[in-house]
Amino acid sequence: MSKNNKNFRYIGKEVSRPEAPDKAAGKALYIHDLQRPGMLFGKIKFSTHGHARILNIDTSRAEKLPGVRAVITAYNTPELRIGFLRDNFALKKERVRQFRDEIAAVAAIDPDIASEAIDLIEVEYEPLPGVFTLQEAMTQGAPLVHEIDPQGKPRTGNRVPLNFHHESGNLEAGKNMARYIAEGEYSTQWVQQSCMGTAGCIAEFDMTNNLTLWAKTQIPFLAQRDFNQALSSMGLRGKNTRIIVPTLGGGFGTGLDTHAYEYIAILLAFQTGRPVKIIYNRDEEFANLSPRQSSQTKIIQGCDKNGKLTFRHVAVSQDNGAYTSWGATYPSVMMLPATSLYKVSNVYFHADLYYTNNTYSQAMRGYGNPELTWALESNMDELAENAGIDPYELRMKNCNEPGETTPMGLKISTCGLKECMETVAQKLEWKRSRSQGKCRGVGMASLFHVGGGGRIYRSDGSGLILKLDDFGNVNAYYGGVEMGQGLHSVLALGIAEALGVRPEKVFVNPTDTGTCPWDVGTHASRGAFMACNAAIKAANNLREKIFQYAEELFPKGVSKNLKKFQEKNPDYKPPDFDIKKATRKDNFDLKDGYVFIKDAPQEPWLSMELGSLLRAIHFREQGTMLTAQVFYDPPNELPDWDKGKGNMSATYAYGTQGVEVEVDTETGEVKILHMAAAHDVGKVLNPQALKGQMYGALAQGVGYALYEQVQSYKGKIMNPNFRDYKIPTIHEMDFPIDLEFIETNDSFGPFGAKGVGEPGLVPTAPAIANAICNAVGIRIRDLPITPEKVLEALRGSKKFEVSRRR
Amino acid sequence: MKKEINFTLNGSEVFLTVEAHKRLIDVLRDSLGHTGTKEGCGEGECGACTVIVNSRAVNSCLYPALEIEGKNVTTIEGLQSSGNQLSIIQKAFVEQGGIQCGFCTPGMIMSTKALLDSNPNPTEEEIRDALVGNLCRCTGYVQIIESVKLAADQLKNQ
Repeated sequence: MSKNNKNFRYIGKEVSRPEAPDKAAGKALYIHDLQRPGMLFGKIKFSTHGHARILNIDTSRAEKLPGVRAVITAYNTPELRIGFLRDNFALKKERVRQFRDEIAAVAAIDPDIASEAIDLIEVEYEPLPGVFTLQEAMTQGAPLVHEIDPQGKPRTGNRVPLNFHHESGNLEAGKNMARYIAEGEYSTQWVQQSCMGTAGCIAEFDMTNNLTLWAKTQIPFLAQRDFNQALSSMGLRGKNTRIIVPTLGGGFGTGLDTHAYEYIAILLAFQTGRPVKIIYNRDEEFANLSPRQSSQTKIIQGCDKNGKLTFRHVAVSQDNGAYTSWGATYPSVMMLPATSLYKVSNVYFHADLYYTNNTYSQAMRGYGNPELTWALESNMDELAENAGIDPYELRMKNCNEPGETTPMGLKISTCGLKECMETVAQKLEWKRSRSQGKCRGVGMASLFHVGGGGRIYRSDGSGLILKLDDFGNVNAYYGGVEMGQGLHSVLALGIAEALGVRPEKVFVNPTDTGTCPWDVGTHASRGAFMACNAAIKAANNLREKIFQYAEELFPKGVSKNLKKFQEKNPDYKPPDFDIKKATRKDNFDLKDGYVFIKDAPQEPWLSMELGSLLRAIHFREQGTMLTAQVFYDPPNELPDWDKGKGNMSATYAYGTQGVEVEVDTETGEVKILHMAAAHDVGKVLNPQALKGQMYGALAQGVGYALYEQVQSYKGKIMNPNFRDYKIPTIHEMDFPIDLEFIETNDSFGPFGAKGVGEPGLVPTAPAIANAICNAVGIRIRDLPITPEKVLEALRGSKKFEVSRRR
Repeated sequence: MKKEINFTLNGSEVFLTVEAHKRLIDVLRDSLGHTGTKEGCGEGECGACTVIVNSRAVNSCLYPALEIEGKNVTTIEGLQSSGNQLSIIQKAFVEQGGIQCGFCTPGMIMSTKALLDSNPNPTEEEIRDALVGNLCRCTGYVQIIESVKLAADQLKNQ
């Protein structure tokens, strides 16, 4: 599928994004900026208890407030079930199971009136005992978060009925072969995606009851399916939802779900007959939008006397929150590094999830990989210490290689892991830095992730339509979503490269289920991989058509050109070249928007501008317009999750990150002095966008490691604002970063490229923890690594004089 | 309660009647349709709402509308020049990859303008200090700093 030609015209060059000028001018329209005529403003009333019976909801005072057009609850609207286990509801009835449960909603003529109306709704609760930790949820006889399952059968415990399991090789034999082992329990916290543009949507019905939803989504077509089901439940079976995606203020996984607030906007729009906009303010976003899944992982690894891994045993427990969303499927992604990062043939992986009355989680960049890699790569360093082997050496001894098939059945085509680790070690001056003392140290960690799509649904496909107009412009319609990562700009580049036109002539249209072909979603780092593979397929299709017509129209076209040229240059003598003979459809090429014969002499009149050829094809009897429509579905498989086997991606991404830190033993603060990151990206398509993705991911990784934590107390989010939830500012990223891209030129990748959206934040946290251990000899196993935890560990280690706490 | 206010916006005089409890950001976005200025948090923590009032960068989400009386306001809309030309700072952000999702961009650019207007030769430390109140979740800030440096260079050479 890829072009192995290393001399690309546009691929690999620094190109700025086509939509950047509008964003710089403040002209790009986000959901927050959009208005529809007659639009109302929706607001949601959330639960004030972690677990309680709803005794009564009194909406009468809200309904009477001037300017209010609708007040809805679960009692006056049809039941809308949401989530892939169907255990959640758009509006809650009888019971609230978490603080963010949606009790009621209001639509009013302005946001202030809507807020006031929310405050006028009175709810009577009977508090119930809840479970707020995994341990509480797992206890025999604990209060049940759900007493019946979605089918109506009574539950006996809080365990979520999902199975993630993998066993390969012979674990007992592996344990027996191990000379050294390292066993540890590691945990990761909830963090918030913290998009700068908060969540929101506008729902609007037309007078035939078809729905349009302007949505902050990464899954327009899956969302269409979800909302069509909702329409059915509303008595509108057969009616259709059109999803339009405006400019997005970030995504990072928040758009991979359909949210209660969207269903509520739809219900309000239907009830009022007017467009309804719901936007979360920052407080609401922190308190009511699902964060990244938290995790607890027990891992045991062993190696022989030479450092070769002999077994790996991984058991994960997850706090599923009150309802089930994509956090519950993180273990499917965790299985990848668990079975396939470094060579180990005796592997056990298992995950259990439990309902609690805490917030439930959704997708966030990395989707389980940062969680698992935190445990795995921290543990690798602990194993290295037990075995007396340098951690870099231990990793190299077990390095993956191209051509392997891993225990999970993943087929590794290209693998740049060795080069990645070597690069990082070299950039950090590994040997010298490991023994520098002065509370300074270095650490590294690697990553393994999907890089060629990820078949998590039955289809991993991506459709693309290319429409040529009379001017040589290419109009592209693609269902993948631009959320700032640069998907639209890399698609334009890919089309330009594969077709042979200048990138400025390629226009990627807004993502809209009404016009674009189906795409499963912009997740699993699949964007550029899919879009550019589809672009190559579609471009080849168009080139065939163009050259077919050129066979017929080229001689006439260039003879017109020659006439015009000779009028301007009367002394010109054309070279001896038989145009008619050379005019064969397989003898043409298209470059920079000009069609020409491959072996013809380079004369200025001896080519046809694409637009003029297209006009010749169009403006005549039985004329036609040229379009291409393709559906690219990559060569990967849907895994069997009960067995934990299946080659879910067409190719895989590798990388290594290393950090040099200095630990302040008086304050516990960790200062990053230097970061080195080497990533196997297959091929650099758009250097500016790729660097942007990596720097941004590194910042999120640093936040995950050191600063960010959703503080939840008995289910209530205690820090729903940027004051108390700390994402890295420009000061936290004040250290040199060495970024290196290893190009392994993968044959499945378009132009050789692999997916790059997520890998950047996967190994950052363990690299930092490993560096801290090298610096001051303490091992922190729970994220985030706060100064308090560092001081506590230093006290315990007795190596440093740490002043007593007051 | 409504009150009349009169101020200068991007070089033009504005006469408006606004509700007393509104903030400058509400006046800009809702009353005047200048949606370039974004609300990221409503609490002065993220800087997405940064505009320039009498040469100082301020968080318009914390600025009471009635306080704008008689003052000079510059928003992102005021930076481009006639003939649909982006300003030098805006062009630098476009060229250097300082823009990804773009939501923090108007605020980031306004903070940059306030910095370079008062300090045309900032050190990297001074750039960081000026932008510490502008949060970005996409870029990791590296290409933003490169954009500011490029803008400073180009402004000196113009």
